[in-house]
Amino acid sequence: MVADLFSDFYQFADVFAFLILSAAGLAIIFGMMGVINLAHGEFIMCGVYVTSAAYHAGLPLPLAQACGAVVAGLIGMLLEVTIIRPLYSRPLDSLLVTWGISLVATQGTLIALGSTFPGIDTPGHSFSVGEYSFSSYRMVLFAASLCVLGFVYVLFMRTRFGVHARATMQNPGMAQALGVRKGIIYAVSFGIGTGLAGLCGALYAPTMNLIPTMGASFLVEAFVTVVVGGANVLLGTGPAAIALGVIRAGLNAWYGQVVGEIGLLIAVVLIIRVLPDGFSGWLTRRTS
Amino acid sequence: MTNLLNGPQTLGRGRAFWSAAAAVLVVALVYPLFVDSYDVGSTAYFLCWVFMALGLCLMWGYNGMMSFGQTFFFGVGGYAYGVIEINLGVANGGAMASLVAALAVTAVAAALLGYFMIYGRIGGMFFGIVTFAVTLALAFFLNQTAGPEWHIGTARLNGFNGMQGMDPLALPWFGGDIDLEGTAFYYFVLVLLIVVYLLLRLLVNSRFGNVLVAIREDPLRAELLGYDVRRYSLVTFVIGSVLGGLSGALYCSWGQFISPSSVGLPAAAMPVVWVAFSGRSDVTATLIGTLLLIAGFQALTIYSEQWALILMGVLLAGTVLIAPDGLIVSLANVVARRRARGGAALKPSLQER
Repeated sequence: MVADLFSDFYQFADVFAFLILSAAGLAIIFGMMGVINLAHGEFIMCGVYVTSAAYHAGLPLPLAQACGAVVAGLIGMLLEVTIIRPLYSRPLDSLLVTWGISLVATQGTLIALGSTFPGIDTPGHSFSVGEYSFSSYRMVLFAASLCVLGFVYVLFMRTRFGVHARATMQNPGMAQALGVRKGIIYAVSFGIGTGLAGLCGALYAPTMNLIPTMGASFLVEAFVTVVVGGANVLLGTGPAAIALGVIRAGLNAWYGQVVGEIGLLIAVVLIIRVLPDGFSGWLTRRTS
Repeated sequence: MTNLLNGPQTLGRGRAFWSAAAAVLVVALVYPLFVDSYDVGSTAYFLCWVFMALGLCLMWGYNGMMSFGQTFFFGVGGYAYGVIEINLGVANGGAMASLVAALAVTAVAAALLGYFMIYGRIGGMFFGIVTFAVTLALAFFLNQTAGPEWHIGTARLNGFNGMQGMDPLALPWFGGDIDLEGTAFYYFVLVLLIVVYLLLRLLVNSRFGNVLVAIREDPLRAELLGYDVRRYSLVTFVIGSVLGGLSGALYCSWGQFISPSSVGLPAAAMPVVWVAFSGRSDVTATLIGTLLLIAGFQALTIYSEQWALILMGVLLAGTVLIAPDGLIVSLANVVARRRARGGAALKPSLQER
């Protein structure tokens, strides 16, 4: 009984962690800054590759993972300053440009590094509850997803930078008039977003095959989570991941991966049909 | 009729344009006499793709719906043609009936998806994201249909290896069907393309097209003027998507093969690149630009597919950053301004004013 319950929780936690980790960076870039970053998957891929390269160069795994996140963040900041900056008032154009970047990044990686790259063995051992056994690394991922949620919340709600960032995104002109350095805020926020994408890749690096097109497998989940979450990402992303995680884990368990994937999308379309502003819009309406 | 063909929503009018168009048409008609049938076949292959670009141009350029779903409907149309054709057989007009049925299946799929998105008021960028997600999901689903249990009638879907074994199109004719292969297929696609192009010109210059442009410019204002924005958009979405399905069915007939890689990434990016590069606000620009890009892409692919895709990515990002209205439309505007000495552009910019 306990074992069955834990097994259900484990499957939910696995999906939840995947949704939160892949969506967190996008929640900042898309949800807060309004840039539709279709190259999000490629930043995740960047995190994976850097982690693997650093690990095989002899760094311990956690340090290699930190490298993955930092490198993705720095590349993101560079990209923001050079290309993304003129596109804040043109969301659809940002989508096209980042898609172009994603094509270039994927195919460039394919040319430079070939179609496969050495992977990393999954660390940690398995543990058993009752008659089932579970991977402890998946639990680490679940804990990491909670930490990321907490980090984003504290960063944007409890620090001076967070206040400045939210002010800038709400009203750039006014924030600038009050002395906020708009350019730096945008670059750093974008960098944090892509850094979180890199972190996602770094954390999942030991569990996946490394291929240049792997970013696409994160992209859809990331976008649907943010879309279902709604405009206020600090409020919406968590509940969205819980709801989608329950749906996905349930469908996976009963009908398999394919039905899970497609059922998730149908659920998303239905949720947007009923709650056009996502969970955060609904929550805001309920409380105000 | 002439007024509709030369109306305000399309570039290219007057005697000069139509003479040039007639000259191009004559070249296209006599061209198979001078090259071998393999080259004619590959030209027909280029033409197959243009329909989906024209469909996207209608939805995105004229109505403001950014759909990433063209390859979704390409896949639906292609697979539907294959499945129905394999089950019906080519005899007694079976192949042509399969084409019509495949388009009907695509229309139903587009109406369903479009209903949920458009009547759900999923607008702007969310429209792009949902169509994108649905497209990737279809590719994901088709990829894992390799097992023998995945079959419809006698047609095996075959997963990532792709479906094969369907016959090419055949035109029912007195005293035996005409197989549409090689040169015959080229003429069939060419005629189809001309008909679709002219019909689209008529459509966008008609009252319907003017409403579409009004919706693109300001959906709220169009609605307040009494137009049912959602119905217009849904009809447009179905027309544009069926054109995507037509591309898929023709492609499937051309190569007697279709695989999930035609649906997923990076294939899904291609129609968007073609239309954005050419200039989404005009069907003629889309037609010309798409043909140029496909021909260029094929020429490069012979050397390296990766580099060709990188070039597509650079073109997409570069066009949006430098000439957001598309290269061909921008060029046409430059020429028009020169001629009119500072007069207005032919096509107003689509950028936020």
